[in-house]
Amino acid sequence: MENAFKEFAFWTLAVVTVGGALGVVRTHNMFRAALLLVVSFVGVAGIFALVNAEFLAVVQLLVYAGGVAVLVIFAAMITTNVTEGNRSTGTQPLAVLVSVLLLATLVFAVVQAEWTVLPDDLPGPLADVFVDTPAMVGHMLLNEFVLPFEIAGVVLLAAVIGALSLVRER
Amino acid sequence: MLERLLILSAVLFCIGLYGALSRRHVIAVLISVEIMFNAVNVALVAFSRYITPAALRATGEVTPVAESTLLAGQTFALFVIVVAAAEVALGLALVIAMVRTKDSVDVSGASLLRR
Repeated sequence: MENAFKEFAFWTLAVVTVGGALGVVRTHNMFRAALLLVVSFVGVAGIFALVNAEFLAVVQLLVYAGGVAVLVIFAAMITTNVTEGNRSTGTQPLAVLVSVLLLATLVFAVVQAEWTVLPDDLPGPLADVFVDTPAMVGHMLLNEFVLPFEIAGVVLLAAVIGALSLVRER
Repeated sequence: MLERLLILSAVLFCIGLYGALSRRHVIAVLISVEIMFNAVNVALVAFSRYITPAALRATGEVTPVAESTLLAGQTFALFVIVVAAAEVALGLALVIAMVRTKDSVDVSGASLLRR
């Protein structure tokens, strides 16, 4: 029963995610592209929740579906007439070719590799860890990854100051 | 399940790549790159759920060594999200600077960021 639900949830989320992403790259209306981007991000958040990454699912919704999408929508509306202006480059067939070739290579590599995979139903001690992943991620951030964590803070500060100085009226 | 997630990630990545290569609008290129970041995150999270460090597999229980690498994939994904957010903020500031100086959002004509 639970497995049937997981199957159903996975395929629904996969269709939503891929459909949203395809919509983003196909539509010529920038406003619609930004909204479809939110759909795709929400789908990815659902996938995260499905594979025991609850904290990432919430962060995905807050940062991507919230922050990034709002930024993109505002920038699109400030800078362009959103209903036009998303023309294709002259290299359309080449772009299709490169993407399809890369996809074929990646799928071949994934299918052909022999993965040693944990079962869907985890054995005892592992199940305990995956019950409470947000606590574990917090533990990782403030122990093994404390230096990258601090650097991430500096990177964000630098990005904010850089963005402010770029858009400031002179 | 792992293979499915990795194939989903590959499909998303290639859609993003196609968008980044085929669009002219600079914001469209930027959001295509965001889709590629998301694809990478899906792969990282899938690996952290379905493939554990060798130490863990050998003993079958969570040792201190193994525990320190258990959710490394999820933590990496978190850093990817941080960098992607910084990239969007800076990228959109550059877009606005570009529109001010050139009055255009076409990446093909943006080889100079001055008048």
